[in-house]
Amino acid sequence: MSAEPDLRRIVDVGPLLKGGRLSPVDLVSGCLAQIAARSEINAFITRTEDRAMEEARAHESEIRAGRYRGPLHGIPIAVKDLIDVAGTPTTSGSAVPARQPGTDAPSITRLRAAGAIIVGKTNLHEFAFGTTSEESAFGPVRNPHDLSRSAGGSSGGSAAALAAGMCFGALGTDTGGSIRIPSAACGTVGLKPTLDEISCEGVVPLSTTCDHLGPMARSVADVALLYAVMKGVDPVPPVGANERLRFGVPRRFFCDRLDPGTRDALDRAVDALRNAGHAVDDVEIEYAASTPDVYLHIVLPEASQFHAPALERFASSYCPGVRIRLEMGRYVLAEDYVRAMRLRTLLTAAVDRVLVGRDALLLPALPIAAPVLGASTVDLGGSPEPVRAAMLRLTQLFNLTGHPSIALPAAQTTDPLPRGIQLVGRRSATERLLEIAAGVELLVR
Amino acid sequence: MTTRVEDWLAAAIADAERRGMPELKPLLEALARSTAALRAADDATRSAPGDTHER
Repeated sequence: MSAEPDLRRIVDVGPLLKGGRLSPVDLVSGCLAQIAARSEINAFITRTEDRAMEEARAHESEIRAGRYRGPLHGIPIAVKDLIDVAGTPTTSGSAVPARQPGTDAPSITRLRAAGAIIVGKTNLHEFAFGTTSEESAFGPVRNPHDLSRSAGGSSGGSAAALAAGMCFGALGTDTGGSIRIPSAACGTVGLKPTLDEISCEGVVPLSTTCDHLGPMARSVADVALLYAVMKGVDPVPPVGANERLRFGVPRRFFCDRLDPGTRDALDRAVDALRNAGHAVDDVEIEYAASTPDVYLHIVLPEASQFHAPALERFASSYCPGVRIRLEMGRYVLAEDYVRAMRLRTLLTAAVDRVLVGRDALLLPALPIAAPVLGASTVDLGGSPEPVRAAMLRLTQLFNLTGHPSIALPAAQTTDPLPRGIQLVGRRSATERLLEIAAGVELLVR
Repeated sequence: MTTRVEDWLAAAIADAERRGMPELKPLLEALARSTAALRAADDATRSAPGDTHER
């Protein structure tokens, strides 16, 4: 029996596993072979082959004995190396001494209990403090679609592993877009749930008030299964919403500067939704232009506060660019942090307001294709813009406001690199967002 | 009393140089521009809808 892990979704292989027509051993072997075959992508920091194969054999026996646990039973997954997995170091992509966890993060415990099999820990932008996954002590993550380009970040290894068929699901973290950005760059699906919905216990923090833990996969249905297990509820694939929906497109600030492929993807998505009978109108999110300033004055000091002890002892072990951003955070004044937190409540209320009477917001997840590794600026509309600022612009607002957001691939014809659109739902309504996304996914691909 | 951005920037650059990190200067200057923008937004949004912070 041969497995084709790069061509299948969890919802496709689950029934085959349940019926004994596919073995977890074949599935895990296929993923491990793909990890070895495409090592140039540098998606993994730690591979857990022996334990994965041992677990695959045990799960195979369990399923054969009629003890099928559910749709994640026997499914190979990868874990961003910022998340604790007992018995493996949590390197955070850094040469700073790693955590050596004795216990799994709660989400890992739940995924293991559901029968998921961890094939390894994925590479990332050091300490999740960047958008390209090139500042890593373990070398840059390369985009499977074009090895000269970034996989996006900071969860770049997780997205690249999915795009290259090295796993069926993955975990990432998202503080300014770190799940959605690499998902868009690699042509995969990534969910940032509602703020505080999934526990960040056992995750190395970046910004304690903006960090989110979430699932990544190759389809909305797969992401929904992983999300449900991480949340502690029964995993059931979402049924695509089939009623007439209303979407708002926040053009000002968000869509002012897009590359041609991204604009094409957005236009096509809008047309596809309208042709399917849905309503799409433009909206304006008040104060949105303040987002980068608010974000900077919250995330910088929170990150610096966490890293202060390690910066004192291991400064030279940090990647230079990450270190200097952490050092900058030491200088943010408390009064400006408080101002930023006040403006954050206004932004949250502003997003709530545009979602009144609408089912979701629609916008790109990333304004550009995956940037070339080493690029410090991108040209958007004839003027250069720092890569980091451009990559964060469409996602970071929803880390501040906590609204659930999902990135999914969207068709365009400008160039061969993937583009991603983003849907944003109401706070504490992540399941509803997944239903909407499952329907949209069929229309925009 | 509010610390003026230009006073803060001068002190921050001096501290960074004292700590042997002159490469921080352009980043601190960029942060100062962002801080000025943040404060302007804060001033412009007094009594804005959704403001739940007491003054």
